[in-house]
Amino acid sequence: MPPVSTASLSNTSRIGLWLLLAPILLWLSLLIILPHVDMILISLQERISSRNYSFSVSNYTEFFTEPLYWNTFVRTAVMSVIATALTLLIAFPVSYYIAKMLTGRLKTVLFVLCLIPFWVSELVRTYGWMIILRETGLVSTFLQWLGLADQPIEMLYNDAAIMVGLIYTSMLFMVVPLVSTLDSLDNSLIEAGYDLGGNSWNVLKEIVIPHAMPGIVSGCVVVFMLTLGNYLTPALLGGKDSLWFTEQIYTQFITRFNWEQGSAFGMLLLILSSLIVWVGLKLSKQSFSKVMS
Amino acid sequence: MKGLLNLKSLGLITATATFISAPIQAETLRLLTWGGYAPKNVISDFKEETGISVKVTKSNNEDMISKLRATRGAGFDLAQPSQDRISSAQADFDIYKPIDLSKINADQIIGSMFEATRKSTMHNGKVYGIPHVWGTSGLIVNRKTAGQVADYTDLCDPKLNGSVSYRLKRPTLIGFAFAMGEDPFAAYEDKAQYQAILNKVEGKLIECKSNVKAYWSGGDALLNLMRSGEVNAAMAWDAGGWKLNKDNKDITFVAPKSGALGWIDTFALPRKSKADSAAYKWINYVMRPEVAAKITEAAGNFTAAKGSDDHVNETLKAQFKESFSQEAIDNIQWYPPVPAGLEEIEGKVLDRVKAAS
Repeated sequence: MPPVSTASLSNTSRIGLWLLLAPILLWLSLLIILPHVDMILISLQERISSRNYSFSVSNYTEFFTEPLYWNTFVRTAVMSVIATALTLLIAFPVSYYIAKMLTGRLKTVLFVLCLIPFWVSELVRTYGWMIILRETGLVSTFLQWLGLADQPIEMLYNDAAIMVGLIYTSMLFMVVPLVSTLDSLDNSLIEAGYDLGGNSWNVLKEIVIPHAMPGIVSGCVVVFMLTLGNYLTPALLGGKDSLWFTEQIYTQFITRFNWEQGSAFGMLLLILSSLIVWVGLKLSKQSFSKVMS
Repeated sequence: MKGLLNLKSLGLITATATFISAPIQAETLRLLTWGGYAPKNVISDFKEETGISVKVTKSNNEDMISKLRATRGAGFDLAQPSQDRISSAQADFDIYKPIDLSKINADQIIGSMFEATRKSTMHNGKVYGIPHVWGTSGLIVNRKTAGQVADYTDLCDPKLNGSVSYRLKRPTLIGFAFAMGEDPFAAYEDKAQYQAILNKVEGKLIECKSNVKAYWSGGDALLNLMRSGEVNAAMAWDAGGWKLNKDNKDITFVAPKSGALGWIDTFALPRKSKADSAAYKWINYVMRPEVAAKITEAAGNFTAAKGSDDHVNETLKAQFKESFSQEAIDNIQWYPPVPAGLEEIEGKVLDRVKAAS
């Protein structure tokens, strides 16, 4: 802060600062904080009889005592972690190729190719997968035509189908941060690695991955949160056993009219998923501010 | 002078504003309804006759209650929940307002249905529903591949492994309970007994879960599964079965031995509706026999309008006769009003069925 600024100037600049901050503050307080406060209040109520509610934490204890809800959450979290890991595994070589092996127009073209599926809505993409995977769908018919299968094969309505859908949906959110961090890696460092006698594995492990770590972690955080909070893909591609925690929240709100339980689940999802992300950051020795910058 | 001028122009602006906004407000009816209940041709004829345009939002029972609950009964001028879901929703959430029966042309409506709905939608001595469309849910069967299916429990036949579908919702629980020899409607008031019945149903549903291909949630999804032959027997609405029957004579609706489940969808006024007179006009308009017949053609279900059957096409009548003998009609189990609190018990049972493997 320069000490020369006069009182009037600092006043105007302060007003300017508040004016600039106003939209984001309004956004945060009206659309994020207020609804969440309301949700906490609703989640701490219990229905006694018609239009009669009292304070209670039973909605939260319900989550821990009823194994069904607890298991659903664990299942959702584990599936999301696996989906995140697989997305990273697929996206890393793609991003490396785009960032390091290509130059000029081809680089842009490949990057745009990753982007194009996101020009249509998630619903349309998911229906696309349904057409491809269903018993009377593309893959099944093609396999029969080749003679590799003698009867229709059902590939929809199972956990693998959910996984495919989730990875496809979150690919872009992994590729973008990876490409931008890998882009910033100086090529001469890689060359130096080879000059000093390292093989490809050494170079990858000692130079590329440490440099790309912030990108990897931020991509993973985004993809994990997106998959955990996804509703459409598990609901449409998942089978009769597919349980997803967001689906649980939806049913509590919409078909059970149990807003109290739904709000409690919503808060628990927020808290537990933040906890998982925090543990992930600690394990990878990254700080949140560094990853998100 | 300047002040006066301002006042004048202000007055002019207000006058113009009211002139513009008033007709718009008075001439739109925001209708919260089911697919097929407000066909395009009926809407345009209605507009021609009354000048009122109708804005349709498609929905289902649970969605209607949730939408109206979120706004405390605002946002729509007329809703169409089933008769059994009105009094408990009104008791819990206060989302409807009573219907002024003097504004309804009751002569157009079949007397017995009018009376039954009047009783079942009563809350604190006031009437909240007028009957509109009625139908049943039961079984849609592909007679070629699953001809043996005659009751809900037949969906557990091991021969149908992986080719059965139903909704994971309350009609499935009720239907299975009836087929297993219970009477869930009689147990509505006794929570412990109802829980015991549902526990039995839960066991049965989990036991034959391997038969299920997928739990359907949207009507179109089910029709696709049946049409492609991926599913051979399903629990669904009669109209869906008749729609499929038009394209494929093997598939049709079968009224189950233990009784099809009968529902009546009604007209109910949301508490903060803004176009009551338009709503009453719409109700009286669509209950005219020839208009009601048009809705029957679109929705596939018959209405509570007197004499509308004469205007309905022969195919639908024949399909109805094939699915329903007189005995099957007498055997229809009509949903009584759902007491508050049952949905929670049902919800947990449905959750456990879904989670079981």
